[in-house]
Amino acid sequence: MSNSFIIGQYVPGDSFIHRLDPRTKIAIIFTFVIVVFLANSVASYGLLTAFSIGSALLTRIKLSYIAKGLTPVWFLIVFTFILHLIVTKDGEVLFQIASYPIYSGAIIQGAAISLRFFLLILVTSLLTLTTTPIEITDAIETLLGPLKKIKFPVHELALMMSISLRFIPTLMQETEKISKAQASRGVDFKTGPIRDRVQAVVPLLVPLFVSAFKRAEELAMAMEARGYQGGEGRTKLRELKIEGRDLFVISLFLLIIIGLVMTRA
Amino acid sequence: MSSFIEFKHVSFRYSEEQPWVLKDVNFKINVDEWVAIIGHNGSGKSTIAKLINGLLFPQEGQIIVDGIEVKQDTVWEIRQRVGMVFQNPDNQFVGTTVRDDVAFGLENRGIAREEMVTRINSSLASVSMNDFLLHEPHRLSGGQKQRVAIASVLAISPTVIILDEATAMLDPRGRAEIMETINAVKHERNLALVTITHDLTEIVQADRVIVMNNGKVWLESTPRNLFRQKDELQSIGLDIPFVAKFADELKQLDVPLNHQPLNHEELLEELWTYHSKM
Repeated sequence: MSNSFIIGQYVPGDSFIHRLDPRTKIAIIFTFVIVVFLANSVASYGLLTAFSIGSALLTRIKLSYIAKGLTPVWFLIVFTFILHLIVTKDGEVLFQIASYPIYSGAIIQGAAISLRFFLLILVTSLLTLTTTPIEITDAIETLLGPLKKIKFPVHELALMMSISLRFIPTLMQETEKISKAQASRGVDFKTGPIRDRVQAVVPLLVPLFVSAFKRAEELAMAMEARGYQGGEGRTKLRELKIEGRDLFVISLFLLIIIGLVMTRA
Repeated sequence: MSSFIEFKHVSFRYSEEQPWVLKDVNFKINVDEWVAIIGHNGSGKSTIAKLINGLLFPQEGQIIVDGIEVKQDTVWEIRQRVGMVFQNPDNQFVGTTVRDDVAFGLENRGIAREEMVTRINSSLASVSMNDFLLHEPHRLSGGQKQRVAIASVLAISPTVIILDEATAMLDPRGRAEIMETINAVKHERNLALVTITHDLTEIVQADRVIVMNNGKVWLESTPRNLFRQKDELQSIGLDIPFVAKFADELKQLDVPLNHQPLNHEELLEELWTYHSKM
């Protein structure tokens, strides 16, 4: 396993977007996901596209890298477009492919839906590209803070998330070790029919589960020995600060929403 | 010297059907003292560690730490004073980075943020890990992780540190690192040290050794005196270090040494001065 293993797809950097408070980013993306459905005119789509591309450029991450991260979804985007071409029967017939009529409305609607889809994926991936998983966890903990009033275990949820993040590489190293150990005993993970390969996973999963439970037990004991008594009365080392740039970005985004509502057809 | 940890007639078992793990154990550990507890697997040595900081409670007898009896309602006071380092380097690393891990114990105790930052830096400096502040655990070696575990314990400024087989899962280099670190820490801060091990080479620097066998205190001695009892130790499944074995062989060959050597330097010293003493 390489030492540069990074959880998720975070790209270290110091850009404007990187330095934004994770809560700002989450709040904006959450709202973006909703307002994207308000767009219905060329101008409103243009506004949202400008916002998304602008943010992507501001991250200073190579666009080719971002595009590569989107490869799995290209298929879905293209598929949505084709589906619209076939199903939608609005407007006039533009041309025919193998005697199948393609309507103008189909092209417009297909393009719009695909663009909407693309923007959604692009903007949400900007969050994970510029924010470490632990920052996201912290942000979720504070954003969900008010839910503590209705006894929702916010702190416990955040702790679970951060412990999972911390143990992902450990368990991956362990998986690698076990699979080598099992391979040396003759288990074949790579060849043979699917059925056999699926069955070969069993001798990998069983020891992995057993050791994960053992780890959990030991970790719980170590946490207790270090004075962990639940979220009550805990202080935090990592702190989040809303700064000038956050306020600036939030106001800018509000302006975009207003603009969007005004440019709607 | 005042005793800091005291076991009075302590007996413990995990459940009623199971045999006693500890039977009528009595001992004292003083302030500033380094005590090694040794014994083979299942001799009850790790149970002692868990009893000291209230992870387990005895069925019979009393345990006193710093004048406080270890009971259900005093555990948090006790854990303020007792720091513990466990065997597995991975399974006690809670934070996602070195800095977060050291902070964990401080956060639990509600310590203010500025204070946390200074304590993290000073305790990481004590174990020479201050260059690794933002490293994730999977980028550290076993020895480095255990040093972070020691730093995490130091950050809460305990009065006693228990190392429960803290070197058992490390390679020789990691072991040397940890022994060096705890030596330095012992010199730097006034604290009692309890090291639990089955490796007799690690007890050399201890002030006193408690040998456990079958849940009982089998012997209390200094490392030097202990190494003279090779056959007795082997009868309870413990092997003395090479230097002690070598001295023993010399004795068999009628080459008696004046002092029982503890390490290579002392053995060399004995050997090259051997003739000059005659």
